[in-house]
Amino acid sequence: MTSHRVSTYLAPRRRLQLASLLTAPVLWLGLVYIVALAALLVTAFWTVDELTGQVQIEWTTENVVEVFTEALYRTVTLRTLGIALLVTLIDIAVAVPVAFFMAKVAGTRLRHLLVIAVLAPLWASYLVKVYAWRALLSSDGLIEWAASPFGGSTPGYGLVGVVLTLSYLWLPYVIMPIYAGFDRVPDRLLEASADLGAQGWRTLVSVVLPMIRPAIIAGSIFAFSLSLGDYISTKIVGGATQMLGTLVYDNVGAANNLPLAAAISFIPIGIILVYLAAVRRTGALRSL
Amino acid sequence: MQLGRVARIVLGAITLVVLALIYLPLGVVFLNSISTSESLSWPPPGFTLEWWGRALHSTGALEALGTSVVVGAIASAIALVLGTLAAMALSRYRFFGKETVNLLIVLPIALPGIVTGIALNNAFRTLMGVDLAMWTLVVAHATFCIVTVYNNAFARLNASGTRLEEASMDLGAGLFTTFRLVTFPHLKSALMAGGLLAFALSFDEIIVTTFTAGTGVTTLPLWILQNMFRPSQAPVVAVIAVILAVVSVIPLAIAQRLTAKDAEAVSR
Repeated sequence: MTSHRVSTYLAPRRRLQLASLLTAPVLWLGLVYIVALAALLVTAFWTVDELTGQVQIEWTTENVVEVFTEALYRTVTLRTLGIALLVTLIDIAVAVPVAFFMAKVAGTRLRHLLVIAVLAPLWASYLVKVYAWRALLSSDGLIEWAASPFGGSTPGYGLVGVVLTLSYLWLPYVIMPIYAGFDRVPDRLLEASADLGAQGWRTLVSVVLPMIRPAIIAGSIFAFSLSLGDYISTKIVGGATQMLGTLVYDNVGAANNLPLAAAISFIPIGIILVYLAAVRRTGALRSL
Repeated sequence: MQLGRVARIVLGAITLVVLALIYLPLGVVFLNSISTSESLSWPPPGFTLEWWGRALHSTGALEALGTSVVVGAIASAIALVLGTLAAMALSRYRFFGKETVNLLIVLPIALPGIVTGIALNNAFRTLMGVDLAMWTLVVAHATFCIVTVYNNAFARLNASGTRLEEASMDLGAGLFTTFRLVTFPHLKSALMAGGLLAFALSFDEIIVTTFTAGTGVTTLPLWILQNMFRPSQAPVVAVIAVILAVVSVIPLAIAQRLTAKDAEAVSR
């Protein structure tokens, strides 16, 4: 049998085994993704012919200099960062008590139901959820209808709408890893802590939180990076709000300026890489 | 954990409120699917089943659904193979550059979709000089789906350890036999869960899709985006959304049951 012969040949050769496992995925990701990414970043140093609108291989640092010096890009970067951080914090604050209840308070049956209840909205289309928020936030929508008797009004389409919508969209992505993190904390440990005289809060702060920190960080990667690049929600519920994603989109589409769009993409790529490098040490990448 | 009654009730109440808030917008979508109002005005002026009838006969939506299923299935299949290979390599071998390979797998999902989208668009059209088509979309989707399969498989491989595999080899089974009879049965439900997630990810993706689908390739999200702001189509879009959300409970329940069974088997 050939497979037997291959198996006997490979068995003592660990390096060869490793190579045959790694070749396909690394080639795929390298050829498809890294090459494409590198090509895009190189494009940032090219120009667009003003007459034909075609990208020309004419080297310039103009685009990159423009992105890093003009006030517009600084403002939009800070706004995008602020929105992404706020959304991440809101989601973590909401997810931690819910995930804790699911993993440590609810019984087995209720827990399974809750997991399904949290995951099911992920399957309802992203676009439809954003559209639902457009309806909720509109001037004859549910929020206005519910708030007006109390003298309130809908925040309308703008910054607040974007933060609310993005927090809503990514919440399940944040709850799930944190739930998994709580689930991995053995009950015995909590009992031991209680036996040693710790109150509930003390156990939570000294035992549970340190153990689920990687899970919280894993959840934050989703909320943060998904917010950082979003442009569709911003277009639908953000009014005239500009984020990095909408700047890139407008330059690829309406302005037809791929080099400038590529130069702007340096900003979110840089932010994400710094973020990933910072969290890599915590081991959170492995609990994504 | 020694939690007071009050703490339990407070946590339960928070969970209830959050779940209610999660389902409120979906409830609005449901009402919109049976409302006589074509815009999303609140409260609904009246109710009708017209949109449900129109949605079930909408060929555009049904074709888009078909395209999404095909793209999702092929992309998940590719992701299953590549993700499993990568997880085997990273969980069973030590080597230089492990962290880099890990980063390589995470990167397509960690970087903003629009960056991935325009990078792949540029690579297909300018570098390779091909026209965007269905296969370019599949390649793009498979690339960011690898990570979900990888994570599930890697976690399971790490949890199950190598003792059984070593025992199998000691008893004379070869590499492939050991994988077929020992590793794979252990891994099966994790792969199923990872594959389902990959499918879900592909099924709902809109940003990378916008930049990598050829003309005439319309996935369900693309169809929704095209029809969402048309007055007479908006309620039909709502119907489709409701159907998707309800149908999605079935695979989720299966995946949930699978992983729960495994967890019991491990703890026993």
